[in-house]
Amino acid sequence: MRDRVAYFGVFTALALIFSYVETLIPISFGIPGVKLGLANLIIVIALFKLKLKETYLLSVVRILLSGFLFGNYFSIIYSLAGALLSLSVMALLKRAGGFSIIGISIAGGVFHNIGQLFVAMAVVEMFQAAYYIPVLLVAGLLTGCLIGILAQEMLKRLVHWQTGS
Amino acid sequence: MKLNMKKPEFAEKINLQKKDWILIGIILFVAGLAFLLHEFIGGKGAGCVTVKVNGEIQGVYSLSEDQDIEINGGTNRLKIRNSTADMTEADCPDKLCVNQRAVSKNGESIICLPNKVIVTVDSSENSEFDAVAQ
Repeated sequence: MRDRVAYFGVFTALALIFSYVETLIPISFGIPGVKLGLANLIIVIALFKLKLKETYLLSVVRILLSGFLFGNYFSIIYSLAGALLSLSVMALLKRAGGFSIIGISIAGGVFHNIGQLFVAMAVVEMFQAAYYIPVLLVAGLLTGCLIGILAQEMLKRLVHWQTGS
Repeated sequence: MKLNMKKPEFAEKINLQKKDWILIGIILFVAGLAFLLHEFIGGKGAGCVTVKVNGEIQGVYSLSEDQDIEINGGTNRLKIRNSTADMTEADCPDKLCVNQRAVSKNGESIICLPNKVIVTVDSSENSEFDAVAQ
């Protein structure tokens, strides 16, 4: 039990550091709101290494912390909507089986963007923002693919590592 | 896979499953469909932009004449040049609306969420009517 708390702390710290690194290197694709989502790498890893409940908690804690530190109250709402939808879809695909880590991560990236778009459309009460969907889908596909490749490589090296459940 | 040609030792580790390809296919199909829909409905050469602050219309401005518009009492500044509208200034911290590319097509918009400013391009058919109603 003590181990799990420690691991959770390490995961939270890692996710927070990755959020910070991302603010340092704004990998801009020339499209507002599109970024790599490095912190999602930790979420994907956690999905495979921690319990689902813990992964959800990790995601929420990460967003609240990084939101208070680097963002504002808008960014917290966006991130929450995106991250929770993304994590739910990833968990579903993982349970469904037949998807590789990259595929799961791609779905995560895409639904992260879709969740944020939905919140954006609700906040500004505007539905023409739908024209943005193709851009967000392709962006989510690419970033999700990158994160998936990274996660796969990391998990490959963490095969023997278990959280002692 | 393009990666195959450049880095074979890296690419062979990327073994996508059949379901992954189906997923990618669906995403690209939906993206393409949405893009085509937008191109189809959107059309070119829209006439004017509507500026909304907090859900209320502040004004409708023609895209055909170059002008600078102060929005929301100066929190944002919109510049119209060559039939495209671009947000050039904003006092919000993230500056997403400023970094966004200029808009010109029907239905496109620039949104500044912190200031609740929405700039939307309207169809050319209504442009004259709206310009009068201004």
